[in-house]
Amino acid sequence: MLLIVCPYCGKRPEIEFTYGGQAHLARPDQPSQLDDQAWAEFLYMRSNTKGVYAERWRHARGCGRFFNALRDTTSDHFLAFYKTGEPRPVLSTSPAPPAQSVAARTDAAASPVTERKI
Amino acid sequence: MIAGLRTPSGGRIDRTQRVRFKFDGRSYEGFAGDTLASALLANDVHLVGRSFKYHRPRGFLAAGSEEPNGLVTVTRDAARVTPNLRATQVELYDGLIAESQNRWPSLQRDFGRINDLLSAFFPAGFYYKTFMWPRKAWKLLYEPMIRRAAGLGRAPVHADPDRYAQRYAHCDVLIVGAGPAGIAAALSAAESGARVILCDETNEFGGSLLTDTSAVIDGQTASAWVKRCVGSLAQNSRVTLLARTTAFGYFPHNLIGLNQRLVDHLASAPAYQPRERLWQVRARAVVLATGAIERPLVFPGNDRPGILLAGAAQTYLNRYGVCVGRRVVVVTSGDEAYQAALDLHAAGVFIAAIADLRAEVTGALPDAARRAGMDVRPGSTVLDTEGELRVSGITLARVQSGQVQAAQNIRCDAVLMSGGYTPSVHLFSQSRGKLQWNDGLQSFIPGSSAESEQSAGACRGIYGLAEVLADGARAGAAAPELHHAQHRFNVDTLSRRSSAYLGALPQANPPSREKSFVDWQHDVTTRDLALATREGFESIEHVKRYTTTGMATDQGKTSSLNAMAIVAKSLQIAIPQVGLTTFRMPYTPVSFGSFAGISRGDLFDPVRTTPTHPWAQAQAAVFENVGLWKRARYFPRGGEDMHAAVARECRAVRNACGMFDASTLGKIEVVGPDAAEFMNRMYINNWSNLGVGRCRYGILLREDGFIYDDGVVARIGADRFHVTTTTGGAPRVLALLEDYRQTEWPELNVWLTSTTEQWAVIAVQGPKSRQVLESLVEGLDISAAAWPHMSVGRGRICGVPMLLFRVSFTGELGFEINVPADFGLSVWEAVHAAGQAYGITEYGTETMHVLRAEKGYIIVGQDTDGTVTPDDAGLSWAIGKGKADFVGKRSLERASMKSADRKQLVGLRAKDPGVTLEEGAQVAAKSGQKPPMELIGHVTSSYAGSVPGYSIALALIEGGRARLAQTLYVPMPNGDVEVEVTSPVFYDPAGARINA
Repeated sequence: MLLIVCPYCGKRPEIEFTYGGQAHLARPDQPSQLDDQAWAEFLYMRSNTKGVYAERWRHARGCGRFFNALRDTTSDHFLAFYKTGEPRPVLSTSPAPPAQSVAARTDAAASPVTERKI
Repeated sequence: MIAGLRTPSGGRIDRTQRVRFKFDGRSYEGFAGDTLASALLANDVHLVGRSFKYHRPRGFLAAGSEEPNGLVTVTRDAARVTPNLRATQVELYDGLIAESQNRWPSLQRDFGRINDLLSAFFPAGFYYKTFMWPRKAWKLLYEPMIRRAAGLGRAPVHADPDRYAQRYAHCDVLIVGAGPAGIAAALSAAESGARVILCDETNEFGGSLLTDTSAVIDGQTASAWVKRCVGSLAQNSRVTLLARTTAFGYFPHNLIGLNQRLVDHLASAPAYQPRERLWQVRARAVVLATGAIERPLVFPGNDRPGILLAGAAQTYLNRYGVCVGRRVVVVTSGDEAYQAALDLHAAGVFIAAIADLRAEVTGALPDAARRAGMDVRPGSTVLDTEGELRVSGITLARVQSGQVQAAQNIRCDAVLMSGGYTPSVHLFSQSRGKLQWNDGLQSFIPGSSAESEQSAGACRGIYGLAEVLADGARAGAAAPELHHAQHRFNVDTLSRRSSAYLGALPQANPPSREKSFVDWQHDVTTRDLALATREGFESIEHVKRYTTTGMATDQGKTSSLNAMAIVAKSLQIAIPQVGLTTFRMPYTPVSFGSFAGISRGDLFDPVRTTPTHPWAQAQAAVFENVGLWKRARYFPRGGEDMHAAVARECRAVRNACGMFDASTLGKIEVVGPDAAEFMNRMYINNWSNLGVGRCRYGILLREDGFIYDDGVVARIGADRFHVTTTTGGAPRVLALLEDYRQTEWPELNVWLTSTTEQWAVIAVQGPKSRQVLESLVEGLDISAAAWPHMSVGRGRICGVPMLLFRVSFTGELGFEINVPADFGLSVWEAVHAAGQAYGITEYGTETMHVLRAEKGYIIVGQDTDGTVTPDDAGLSWAIGKGKADFVGKRSLERASMKSADRKQLVGLRAKDPGVTLEEGAQVAAKSGQKPPMELIGHVTSSYAGSVPGYSIALALIEGGRARLAQTLYVPMPNGDVEVEVTSPVFYDPAGARINA
């Protein structure tokens, strides 16, 4: 059972949390402007990173708040916890995080999607 | 006069306490302190089991938890029968009853032995190539036969009557294993003031020191040293000592699972005592002092009873006072087995030969053996063994310049084998630490850790006693990396050269036809491993599964390294390249009861009950589970079955008045200046134009456009919505709303509160419902003129604050009374009393289902399955016009979501009015089909209707709305049922009654 540090409540066991999937996925501002391909990307495409992964957790059996975490998926070590809205921390030993947002993967000129720093 | 193989004195058993026990129906005697295994050997019982596949006679291979052969079933009473226990771990108690397994009719004469004679037809993976024809034979012949033949023990048939406890614990240092390394670590950790937990799987702390008769530590014998150290640890209030406790699993972030066995060693246990205790320990640091397991040797006929590990023979002698034979041959690759030979020799056992696999044999221990007159033979190998129910002879040979020669047969009644040691890295690997191959040790040892953990002693390849003690002390210290041995243990013991051997022993050409076993418990031989690689399996994970090596209850403790080496040789690659298979918990089997703890029967899950639950119970209502809730399903009167009760309840609601507890539905208050904006973005409907005091049927989609939940939403203030959800959906609706509120639109000024448990909800439905309520409601004009359908308002009922809704899930004039939950029961009783004059009738969820189905109202999760859009369900009208965006809107624009042949909600009526369709039944356009049939939909809800007088059903059918009045077919085992497609609204389609 993982130990997770809720930024609001402190270190609590995994059983108090629900998993929130990949972090930093911003809902497109104007979904009607996206073609089916781009919309499908947002709906279904997720990274499956072997290594440091930015993900969300919700302290469902506690304060109820969402927050973010960086976890190494190979060892389940947590490297950082940070609040919703804060940018992904840059870790001293890891390389720059790979571009994972919809905006980065689609042609920025063609798509009016903007990336939120959530 | 001591019978059998018991020594006249010695061992750690209590010779003053005789213990009687039964094995396979025969009575024997042992001593307190014996295991079942040691007591059987003392009584000259060597045949203890039949192997898994070939039913070969088997005896004990080991003395501890790594034992693969001696599995027994222990019976305490009819309900307490435990199979597959290792006799080497069963502590003897007076009256113990044990039976061998996997044999019929008896251990001595087992019919299954024929498998050994026909073994050519049963190689590894034979079941992938057989039992295929004829197909019909599967059900009646193959499957029953295989089920009877498979497995080792028989599963118990009675429910486990024992209690099992669970406990959480936190500590600074958890030490697994109380051998020399573990005890040294515990002393070190305790000295620094840490909170320590020290556990060991056996009943006595000491590990290898309990069988070491020669070592001297700090001036004391090993045994005395252990006693002193354990004594001092026991006095320390910050140290917890747990014997008979197996650390079975290493979980992330230093959570270790311990299984503590409390009473299985006692003849009778106090009634209040739990049988086992599961500990979930979160340790700041873990020390793994799990030791090493001796490696058996692979040669033809290495599985006969009486052929066992050298260290095990030493354990039987020094710990239990039992000689494993009178005429012993030793086969070894290292020095340790010589100590076993010397110990047995001192006990009067004749050592017929010591066959050393090494070309040159020197050192203190071999010299001591030579001085004692033993025949030490360097450069040896084993070609064969003999003996039916017990080994009677062994054929040794010399290996010179690669040639095997000079074969010689030697009589014996026991063979000790030692291939060196395999460090026990199970828990280390579970912790995701990286193993590294050590060529010198011919083993994998712990490399880099993944958790806050240290390995110490033999489990990391350190074998000399002085080094082991120092290593344990280092690991237990507060800062192991800085630890300097403040206390140096003064150890006096003979030096020994360990030398590990891997793979099959050299053989003559041609080799013996007898089988060479690698995995004893699953009967896997060298030929099986060779077959696997010949058939193209190269990954050790594939070889494991194809041959089943390492897959038995011992998880390959004595087989994995030899198997790996043989595969490496077969594939002609280096051993570390082959690698090891994944270690999985539990280290040794753990009772299911331990994991269940108290979560059994009534305590399996929390139970949620509504405020009227005691009232419904008093009425002998029949309940059903909806999630964790108990809901009254129907209220039978005077011997009614469900059908009759539901028919009566439905008639009462449609003709007079009914009352129903709807408290379980989810309720969420959405509050704030941006409440309407938030609701607009989340639900499909338009909320801005909903006036205060009005309700609307709301639908919530997921972003992929499919219906997620639904419910009536009331606007009780300009900035306040009372949102209701389905019973099962309440938590996930709130979670979804919070997800968007917190992480998508944090700029909106809105907040959410769950009020599901705060409001009791009493539905009063039927043409007379208004009359019932008018006598009770204060402060609210609920007349037809003043209060149309879908109104909401505050008032009081029986003096209690109330939120009243005029809503209906039945299609009749109806209301839902919301009062604070603490008043739910008393208000229910008041309504019930006031309604008597009008024939009010309590009804349950079954009636609720029927009545809503007659009106075509969907139930999310029953008529929808996560792939149904609003239009599919005929609910496009609910989508707010002109809304630029809402969750799921973009997905509804996809072409496939507008296709005309999507499954659409329709009604079905069976042509034969007596037939009620089965929910889930498939629907076809053509009758009389044979599988595979062309199917166009399925039945989602089906009931014997109330007023219509015929059965009604809802179904999702491809292009359903275009098929009105068509005849379709529901294929059932007895033939096709003819149905007609109708509108899903069977009752009062104009809505006159609901608007009364």
